[in-house]
Amino acid sequence: MESLFINIGNLCREKVVELTEVLNLPEAFAGYFMVLIYAIAILTFVLLNAIVLVYLERKIAAYLQQRLGPNRVGPRGILQSLADVVKLLGKEDIIPRAADKWIFRLAAVLVIVPTVMVYAVIPFGKDMIAVDLNIGIFYFIAISSTATIALLMAGWGSNNKYSLLGSMRVVAQMVSYEIPLVFSMLGVIMIAGSLQMSDIVAAQKDMWFIVFQPVAFLIFIIAATAELNRGPFDLPEGEQEIIAGPFTEYSGMRYALFFTAEYANLISTSAIAATLFLGGPSGPWLPSWMWFLIKVYAMILFFMWIRWTIPRIRIDHLMKLNWKFLVPLSLVNIFVTGVALKLFSGW
Amino acid sequence: MLEQFTSIGIFIFVGLGFAVSSLLVAWIVRPKRPNPLKMSTYECGLETRGRTWIQFKVSYFLYALVFLVFDVEVVFLIPWAVEFLKLPWIAFIEMFIFIGILVVGLWYVWKEGALEWK
Repeated sequence: MESLFINIGNLCREKVVELTEVLNLPEAFAGYFMVLIYAIAILTFVLLNAIVLVYLERKIAAYLQQRLGPNRVGPRGILQSLADVVKLLGKEDIIPRAADKWIFRLAAVLVIVPTVMVYAVIPFGKDMIAVDLNIGIFYFIAISSTATIALLMAGWGSNNKYSLLGSMRVVAQMVSYEIPLVFSMLGVIMIAGSLQMSDIVAAQKDMWFIVFQPVAFLIFIIAATAELNRGPFDLPEGEQEIIAGPFTEYSGMRYALFFTAEYANLISTSAIAATLFLGGPSGPWLPSWMWFLIKVYAMILFFMWIRWTIPRIRIDHLMKLNWKFLVPLSLVNIFVTGVALKLFSGW
Repeated sequence: MLEQFTSIGIFIFVGLGFAVSSLLVAWIVRPKRPNPLKMSTYECGLETRGRTWIQFKVSYFLYALVFLVFDVEVVFLIPWAVEFLKLPWIAFIEMFIFIGILVVGLWYVWKEGALEWK
């Protein structure tokens, strides 16, 4: 079980190498074909999970609010998300007359690209990283923050007042909360001494970093919730006040792309939290990829629990929490980590 | 190194491919019946009044400026954090003098009230 996916990968590799030999291509192409296969496999995994998560989120929200949630399509409404996908595919694509057409169209495509790119560095199990970059975690920070631009494009291109307001809030919020997010990761980087994901996982062989960095974990959770635009920080979307913000004018498949990106980001951020603080794919008895899935789902369920328990906060409180509490706290955390590391590791 | 970043390029390609192909499938399947009302901008059932693309609140801009200061700091902090255990004490102190200068900046911004939402 442990090496199930690695064996499948090796089987694919043999076929690919044979194929490149038959076609007389340079040897490097075999590696690129393998990455292509990994990327498509990861994309499939993410899309399937996004479908499950939409159902899960609606069901959990319903139970927390003492409702039943979706219960018509299939037993206990389990096929609801599939029905929604089919419905969204068949919906008319409306582009408002006033919109900036190309920015409007491009935004939906651009929002999904960084989301997929981030998955290149996520360790799904032992030796199961698609591209083990030596700047792994930095790559995650850099790529995931570019999604802001796509959301700004969506809001600006819609030429709708709610959308513009929403996209401005997205930028202000995501830009602000990126600082504590990165600072909280620095503590982990200092202990691990590497940016590479496989090194960070290896450094947690004996003890998870959540034990050494509890404050950083707390900051990470808060900042990540804000980066994901999920409740209680879902001001950019605010269904009741600005009607889903940047997504107001989107319909059909374009809206579905934004929605998929949102859930894909939820999965990748939970995966990063699990990798940095919860030991990544390591664990006893069960295969490593299953441990990783368990940890990621634990994080996702935690995010969902927060979202449906705490009411949305005001924008001035949001900014105050970030600049006057999280940023100073994360700086203190780096300082304390530094002093403690120097003291315990000798001079 | 170059090989790894070519692999990242493949990931960009897959992401683009997914977005474009799903939009293409939707384009084939979906109905196309535009009418003037459907194409109008949404505003709670009312006619839209005034322009949307106007000069915007400055509060958002101030946060962007403060962000820029700290983002540059992050660029310096990351290589320092990676090599932290191998560096001598003096590097640690130097980095905190650097952070201290930026914290003074944060204090100034705080004092001037740029962090207050108006």
